[in-house]
Amino acid sequence: MPALWLVVIALALATLGFFLGRPRALATGGGDIRALHSRPAYYGWNVALSSLVPAMGVLLIWMLVQSFVVNSTVAADFPAQAVPEDQTLSLVMSDVGRVAAGIDLAVRRGVISETDAQNLQVGGSNIRDLLAQVGKPLASDVIEPVLTAAQEYRALASTGNTLRGVAVLGVALLGFGFAFLRTNSTFRARNVVESGIRTLLVLAACLAVLTTLGIVLSLVFNTIEFFKIYPASEFFLSLTWAPSFGGGSELGIAPLLWGTFYISIIALAVAVPIGLFSAIYLSEYATPKVRALAKPLIEVLAGIPTIVYGLFALLTVGPLLVSVFGDDGVGIMQAGTAVMTAGLVMGIMLIPFVSSLSDDIINAVPQAMRDGSFGLGATKSETIRQVILPAALPGIVGAILLAASRAIGETMIVVLGAGAAARLSLNPFDAMTTVTAKIVSQLTGDADFASPEALVAFALGMTLFVITLGLNVLALYIVRKYREQYE
Amino acid sequence: MYDTPILEKPVDQKDIKFAARGVQVYYGDNHAIKDVDVDLEDKTVTAFIGPSGCGKSTFLRCLNRMNDTIDVCRVEGDIQLDGEDIYDKRVDPVQLRAKVGMVFQKPNPFPKSIYDNVAYGPRIHGLAGNKAELDEIVEKSLRRAAIWGEVKDRLDAPGTGLSGGQQQRLCIARAVATEPEVLLMDEPCSALDPIATAQVEELIDELRENYSVVIVTHSMQQAARVSQKTAFFHLGNLVEFGETSHIFTNPTDERTESYITGRIG
Repeated sequence: MPALWLVVIALALATLGFFLGRPRALATGGGDIRALHSRPAYYGWNVALSSLVPAMGVLLIWMLVQSFVVNSTVAADFPAQAVPEDQTLSLVMSDVGRVAAGIDLAVRRGVISETDAQNLQVGGSNIRDLLAQVGKPLASDVIEPVLTAAQEYRALASTGNTLRGVAVLGVALLGFGFAFLRTNSTFRARNVVESGIRTLLVLAACLAVLTTLGIVLSLVFNTIEFFKIYPASEFFLSLTWAPSFGGGSELGIAPLLWGTFYISIIALAVAVPIGLFSAIYLSEYATPKVRALAKPLIEVLAGIPTIVYGLFALLTVGPLLVSVFGDDGVGIMQAGTAVMTAGLVMGIMLIPFVSSLSDDIINAVPQAMRDGSFGLGATKSETIRQVILPAALPGIVGAILLAASRAIGETMIVVLGAGAAARLSLNPFDAMTTVTAKIVSQLTGDADFASPEALVAFALGMTLFVITLGLNVLALYIVRKYREQYE
Repeated sequence: MYDTPILEKPVDQKDIKFAARGVQVYYGDNHAIKDVDVDLEDKTVTAFIGPSGCGKSTFLRCLNRMNDTIDVCRVEGDIQLDGEDIYDKRVDPVQLRAKVGMVFQKPNPFPKSIYDNVAYGPRIHGLAGNKAELDEIVEKSLRRAAIWGEVKDRLDAPGTGLSGGQQQRLCIARAVATEPEVLLMDEPCSALDPIATAQVEELIDELRENYSVVIVTHSMQQAARVSQKTAFFHLGNLVEFGETSHIFTNPTDERTESYITGRIG
């Protein structure tokens, strides 16, 4: 039975439970709402949730576990000598999965009957054509062991699905029956529903945390894999980034990190003063009319997709900079793609972050602070410099570090604005590249996934993750330290 | 022979510090202060009393142009400080506020150290030539605000870490550090407990030797205790103004009598 049907049946059962639980509670209370511990709807909800939630939990876990179990069982049965020379077991297993899914699809579409499907022979009919017919093209002809494994796969999966249906419906019915029988006037349905809701919320929170953990782990394992085939000392200390997909590449992170920091620093040098000053203007000097007009306009900048910023860098800022600093002008800029181009455009992108957040923070400084300062005969700028900015500092630092994290993680503007050359140079008008841009180019190539050239992307990602994590921790530390002092 | 008349009528000997004539204040369409005439004397504590929303705080804020920071607020009429119109175009409100200090209802120390809070005014007005002079001003101001003993060992601690009463006295120290000629106090004791209130009241009495003090208060006992002159505001009008003893014992206006006896408010 397909999973969708199981969900529909469980939902129907839950709905039924809701409408049966209510009158049953009322009946046990003698029709008087006051005789019940909880309001009637809670009894209905109790039955509905008891039949739905555990069943859905079982379904979810079953779906996660089944494919894993089936896969590993089939893989264990697969004869080791049948794995072709140039392939790995995991590649063959993905073929097995495709063949099994293709045959299933053919049966469902009525191209062949179930009996025919079970009797498929490698020599007899052309399986490859059959699968191509239902939209599952294969790279090569199906060999005997793969077909056997695929049949085993199908059999196991089909048994699993039947068992799954039984288990899910059984749990749903059990939950329904249990809750329904418990329904009587003294049963504390309201408390049970409340704790059930709390459990759901806790699960949602756990899911978010676990996902983060999963992302980190997937990075960690691939990074470890990378360091097994490429020395860590080379990765961190080598000053050259020269991947060659034929092998023998030099994968030093230094030029990429340098590019990342150089571009980010230029971006922040643009965004922080402009953003902060505009925030001060908007919150302290602008009349309400100007503020109502200017604030949304600045925030529009935040809504522009970064690829559009990239085009702006490539088509407008780059050529403009070349015309001033290029060979016709100062003569220190070879092409439009340069650290300066990407940094300037990224800075423009970050202005709304800094200004919008700082503006909110400055507005949150109590009016009493301003009054106190004005009352002592301070001017507006003295008040801002000596009272408001120090009071708002923790928040402003947070805003700047958030902008820094954005700058470090930005990819599109770098690809289009800064070029792809990894180099260590002090000249801001040279083309350079960043960690994120290189992660993209390392993973989009044709390289074997197990090669250091592809796996290096994970090590780069991990390094970046650690750096941004460090920045966030630093931000928290600063915010906390100043908060102690200022509040 | 010469002493007796001075003791009997001390107020008559003093100069007029603030002279207000025909003052009107509007918040948008709301007419908050209606045609107020009043003379505030030097080296005198003047109390503004009246029910909530009667305009006493608004009028107080006119005296150092703090209402300028409120966009919808409009002030008409003539207010003179030492014979000079403070709403004249040539007057810089920043300089005016240095001369007319203000203490607010809620203690509002800056998020700085105790020392920096007091040194704030002297620093922006350049009152101290060097660190030693500044130290001296800070100590003198804190002593005047009767808080020196409590904070002298922790001048570097944040001002926001003090108790409410200490914070308010710190704010008073901050205000007197700029050597103002007039000190405006907007319900300075409303957030304080009785002990801190007593300390602040004692302080106000001492400040009278050097400054003209104007205090807005909801407590009639406080007005009677600390002030020499009292002004009673009601619905934006200045109903009665005179010697405190006179207002509280023998008010001329019916409304004043109703208010001080607790019938309106």
